[in-house]
Amino acid sequence: MKLHLKIWRQLNAASKGEMIEYEVSEVSEHMSFLEMLDMLNESLIQRGERVIEFDHDCREGICGQCGIMINGRAHGPLTHTTTCQLHMRSFKDGDTIYLEPFRASAFPILRDLKVNRKSFDSIIEAGGYISAAIGQTPEANSIPVSYEASEAAFDSAACIGCGACVATCKNSSAALFTSAKINHLVQLPQGKLEAADRVLSMVSQMDAMGFGNCSNTEACEVECPQDISVLNIGRMNYEYNKALLLRK
Amino acid sequence: MKTTTLQYKLIMAATGLFLCFFLVIHLLGNLQLLLPAARAQEQFNWYSHLLSGNILIKIISWVLYLSLISHAVYALLITRKSKKANASSYYYDKRKVSSPWSSRNMGILGTIILIFLVIHFKDFWYVYMFTDLPLDAAGNKDLYTIVITTYDQLWYVLVYEVSFLALGFHLLHGFFSASRTLGLYHPKYVKAVKVFGWMYTLLITLGFMAIPLYIHFIK
Amino acid sequence: MMNSKIPEGAINEKWSNYKAKAQLVNPAHRKKLNVIVVGTGLAGASCAASLAEQGYNIQSFCFQDSPRRAHSVAAQGGVNAAKNYKNDGDSVFRMFYDTIKGGDFRSREANVYRLAECSANLIDQAVAQGVPFAREYSGYLNNRSFGGVQVSRTFYARGQTGQQLMLGAYQAFMRQVGKGKIKSHTRHEMLELVVIDGKAKGIIARNLETGALERHVADAVVLATGGYGKVYYLSTLAMGCNSSAIWRAHKKGAYMAGVSWIQFHPTCLPQVGATQSKLTLMSESLRNDGRIWVPKKAGDDRRPNDIPEEERDYYLERRYPTFGNLAPRDIASRAAKERIDAGCGIGPMKNAVCLDFSKAIAEQGKEAIEAKYSNLFTMYLKINGIDAYKEPMLISPAAHFTMGGLWVDYNLMTTIPGLFALGEANFSDHGANRLGANSLLQSCVDGYFIAPYTIPDYLAGELKNAKATIEDPAFIEAENAVRKQLTQFLNTDGHLSADYFHKTIGKLLYDKCGLSRNKENLEQAIIDIAQLRISFEKDLKITGDDTLNSELEKAGRVADYLALAELMCYDALQREESCGAHFREEFQTAEGEALRNDDNFCYVSAWEFKGKNIAPELHKEPLVFEAVKLSVRSYK
Repeated sequence: MKLHLKIWRQLNAASKGEMIEYEVSEVSEHMSFLEMLDMLNESLIQRGERVIEFDHDCREGICGQCGIMINGRAHGPLTHTTTCQLHMRSFKDGDTIYLEPFRASAFPILRDLKVNRKSFDSIIEAGGYISAAIGQTPEANSIPVSYEASEAAFDSAACIGCGACVATCKNSSAALFTSAKINHLVQLPQGKLEAADRVLSMVSQMDAMGFGNCSNTEACEVECPQDISVLNIGRMNYEYNKALLLRK
Repeated sequence: MKTTTLQYKLIMAATGLFLCFFLVIHLLGNLQLLLPAARAQEQFNWYSHLLSGNILIKIISWVLYLSLISHAVYALLITRKSKKANASSYYYDKRKVSSPWSSRNMGILGTIILIFLVIHFKDFWYVYMFTDLPLDAAGNKDLYTIVITTYDQLWYVLVYEVSFLALGFHLLHGFFSASRTLGLYHPKYVKAVKVFGWMYTLLITLGFMAIPLYIHFIK
Repeated sequence: MMNSKIPEGAINEKWSNYKAKAQLVNPAHRKKLNVIVVGTGLAGASCAASLAEQGYNIQSFCFQDSPRRAHSVAAQGGVNAAKNYKNDGDSVFRMFYDTIKGGDFRSREANVYRLAECSANLIDQAVAQGVPFAREYSGYLNNRSFGGVQVSRTFYARGQTGQQLMLGAYQAFMRQVGKGKIKSHTRHEMLELVVIDGKAKGIIARNLETGALERHVADAVVLATGGYGKVYYLSTLAMGCNSSAIWRAHKKGAYMAGVSWIQFHPTCLPQVGATQSKLTLMSESLRNDGRIWVPKKAGDDRRPNDIPEEERDYYLERRYPTFGNLAPRDIASRAAKERIDAGCGIGPMKNAVCLDFSKAIAEQGKEAIEAKYSNLFTMYLKINGIDAYKEPMLISPAAHFTMGGLWVDYNLMTTIPGLFALGEANFSDHGANRLGANSLLQSCVDGYFIAPYTIPDYLAGELKNAKATIEDPAFIEAENAVRKQLTQFLNTDGHLSADYFHKTIGKLLYDKCGLSRNKENLEQAIIDIAQLRISFEKDLKITGDDTLNSELEKAGRVADYLALAELMCYDALQREESCGAHFREEFQTAEGEALRNDDNFCYVSAWEFKGKNIAPELHKEPLVFEAVKLSVRSYK
C-alpha cells in the first residue's frame, strides 16, 4: 500500500518544529509500524537527508522506549498496544498518517519524535522502591503473600514506563504511572512499611517535575499498553490522604 | 512539605461534595413549588423565611458561599498548572476519543454554571435579601410570586434548562471524580458509587429541570 | 595457558573459601573509590546498586533513555533457583549438574557450582525487593519446570519475569541515585576503554543527546552490556543491543571466549518479509503444553488445521521420546531447522513449524491455557492477526543468547586487570548451551552476589596507587581515536546505509555460522566478511551530523559487528567438534546428533586481538571436571 505521512520534525528542544510530508509506497500489511519508518529512513538516507529520529528498542512491547502520537492518539489507533506492536494492517492504502512526539512539558523534545522522559526516573527515585539491603535478605517463603495480593501487585507492576498515559492526558498528568508503582509496592507486605513516606514523596515529585493534575478522564487506561487500571489512581489518593491525616 | 496539586484536588472534592449535598436540600425546597398554588405560596414563603432567619442555617450558608468560591478558585489554580504541564498542543489531536466528553470539559461546564449562578443570585437571592418585597398572608416575604412571574418568560426558562443540563454533566463526572480523589478504589464500591452517581445526577438534574417547565407550561 | 584463579577446596567449599579470604576495603576508604558500570540491565543495575550500597561511587552508563529499559526486561519464562520448594529432589548439586550437562560440558565447574549455590539467595533478594512472583493460594511461592530439566525450580512472574526482576534491580538502582551514590548517565554509549599502565581506568562515552565525547575516570570498569545476538540482525534482541563495549575492550586486550556459541531459541516468530527487523520470542514455557509438528510430506501447502492428524510429524516426540517437546533449546532448534531444510516447513516463507495447543485445550480447557499464557496469545494475535486458540502458532528458531563473551576468571575479571564483565557480556557459566531460565539467574547472581565480593577484592589493591586523571595521555589518545572513527563514518561518501551492512552480515552469519556450520562455509564466510568490511569502509552512507544521530550510532555498532563476525567464524572453524549450540556438520553421529570431542576440545577458546586483518591468537583454558563425569548428553 501507499501512505502519506505527516511527521513532526524538530531539531532540538529550543527550536521550532513543523509537520513535514513524506510518502512511502510498497508498504506490506505484515510490517510493523516502526519497520515502515525504517523503510522511510532508508529512503531518506538514499536522498542524503537526515533521518527521522524516533525512540524504539525491544520492538516487542515491553521496554517502553517507543512512543509516537499516531493520528492524534498515543501509540496509534489500537488500545493497549505499544507503537512497536502496531502493524500496518491497521491502516489502508492511501491513508494519511500524522506522527508527532509525546507532548508534555515534563517530556521535552530531543529531536523529531524523540523525547526525554527522565522525569519518570526521578519519580521512582523519590521513593518507588523497597529499601531492602542487598545480599542478606530473609528466606523468601518467610514472607507469605496472598495469591490475590501478589496478582494485584503484578497488575500494577506491569507498567512499562512508556509515557502514553501522560501523552494522552489533557493535563499531562503522571498519575497512572506514579500510582502503578505506589500500588505495586503497597499491596505487598514487604512494601507496606514505607508506604506513607513513599506516597508523599512520589506525589510531590510528580508535581515538581511539572506534570499536571489528574482530572479522572480515564483516557490513560485506554491507551496504556499494559492495561493498568485507573483504580490505581484511587488507591494512590487513598494512600496519600491516609498519609496526610496520620502524618505526625 | 510543599502543597501538592493533589491537595488542591482534595479541596475541590470536599467542596464539590458539599455543594452536591446542598443541591439535594435546594431541590427538596423547590419541590414545594409544585404544590397547588395557594398551598405552594404559603409553604414556599415560610420555608424561605426559615432559611433566612436561623443562625445554624446562616453558618451553613456561609460555608456554602465559601465552598462555591473555593471550588471555582481552586479549579482555576489547577487548570493553570495543567495548562503549564500541557503547554504544547498536538497538531493533530484525537485524544478525546479515549474519554467521556464531560470529563474533558469540566471547566466549560463549570463556567456555564458560574454564569448561571450570577443570574440566579441576582434575580432571587439578592432580591430576597436586600430589597423590600411584598408580604404574603402569613407575613413572609412573597418570593413565590417572584419565582412564578420570572418563569413566565420563556427565555428565562431556556437559560435555566441549559444551565441545568450543564450542571448535570458537571455532576456526572464531578461526583465520581471526587470519590476517586478521596481515595475510593475498591472495584465493588467504585461501581456502586458510579451507579449512585448516575442516579443522583438524574434525580437532581431532572428535578431542577422539571420545575421551571412545570411552572411555565402547566401552572 | 589461562589462569582462571579458581579457589582451593572441594567444589562446594570454593566460594566460601573465596569469600573468607577476599580482601575488604575499609568503609571510610570506599567513598574514595570510583567504579564505572556500563549497562543497566540486571547485571549492571544490580552490580551498581550493590556496590553503591557498600559505599563506592558509581558512574553508570546506558544507551537507552532510562536504566529500566535494558533488554533483561524482555525475558519471559522465569528464573531458576535450587529451593526445592516442590520437594521433587532438587538440590544445589543437581542444579549445578543440569547446568553443566545442559552446557555440554564446556563450562567451568567452579563457576557453575557457584551459580547454583547463589541461586536460592536471589529469590530471597527479589522477594524482599517486591518482585511479584507467582504464588500458591497458601501465599507461598509457586514454581514450574522449564525447558529441559526434570524438577520444578523455575520461579516466574507470569510471562514477564525479566521485567519484574529488572524493575526490582532498577528500583534498587534508583534508590542509590537518590542517595547520590550512583550518577546515572542515560543515552550515553561507551565507545572506548581507557587502559593506563595495563589497568582499566576509564572510558570514553558519547552523549547520544548532544554528540559530545566525555572522558570518565574510575578505579575499575565493569562491562555489563549484554549479548551480541543482534549481530544476526534478525534476532530476539532489542534493536540497540550491541557488542561495541565488549568489542572495544577486546581490542584493548581483553580476550573473548566461546565467541561462536550462540543460542538459537526454538520458539520465536518466523520472518515474514524482507523489511522485518525483529523475531519476537514466545516464551519457552509454551512448550510445556504445546506440541511441535510439521507436515510429514515436504512442500505441503495446506493450512495447519487442514492437515489431518496422521499426516503430522511430531518430530521432537519422535526423536526424543523421553524429553519430547521439552528437549533443550539447542536440540529443539536444530531439529526444527533440519525439518525446515528438508522442505517440511510451513507458513508463507516455508520457514516455520507448528506449535499446537489443541490437545492441551481439549484436555485442560481453554481457561486453563488462558490463565497460563494469555499474554503470549494476545501478543501473537497482535503481531500476526491470528488467534492461536484456534490454529497452531507458527514458530521458528531465532538468534537469542550469546554464551560467548569476554573471557573472565573466577573473579569475573577479564584479562585486563580492573576490567570486569558481568552477565551475558562474559562467556562464563553456560558452556556451549544455556538452559532456560538460567540467564536471568546468571546476570543477577553476577551483579548481586559475586561482583560485590570480587570487585572490592580488586579495589583493595588499588587504594595505595595513584589516581588516574582524565588528562592522562591514554584518555586523550582514546578520545582522539573515537573522534577519528566518527569523522570517518560521516565523511565516507558511499551509498549504502548502516542497516544494509547489518542485514548483510546477519544473513551471511545465519547461513554460514548459524544453527549448523561446516569448514567450507566458515572459510568462505571469513573471506566474504573481509570483503564486506572493505565495502563498509568505502560504501557507507551516513546522513546528519555528529550531534544526535541514530545512524551514526548504528555505524559504530555495525563496524564492530563486522569485526566480531569474523572472530565468530574463526572460533567456529577452529573447534572441530559439535557441542551444545555449536554444531559442525562434519562431526555428528549416524543419527544426526552432536558428536563432542573431549579428547581434543575440552577447553575454553579464548581469543586475543592481534590487530586489524591479522588472525586472532588462540589461548586455551583447559576444563577440568572433578565433581562430575563427562558424559554424552542424551535426551532420547
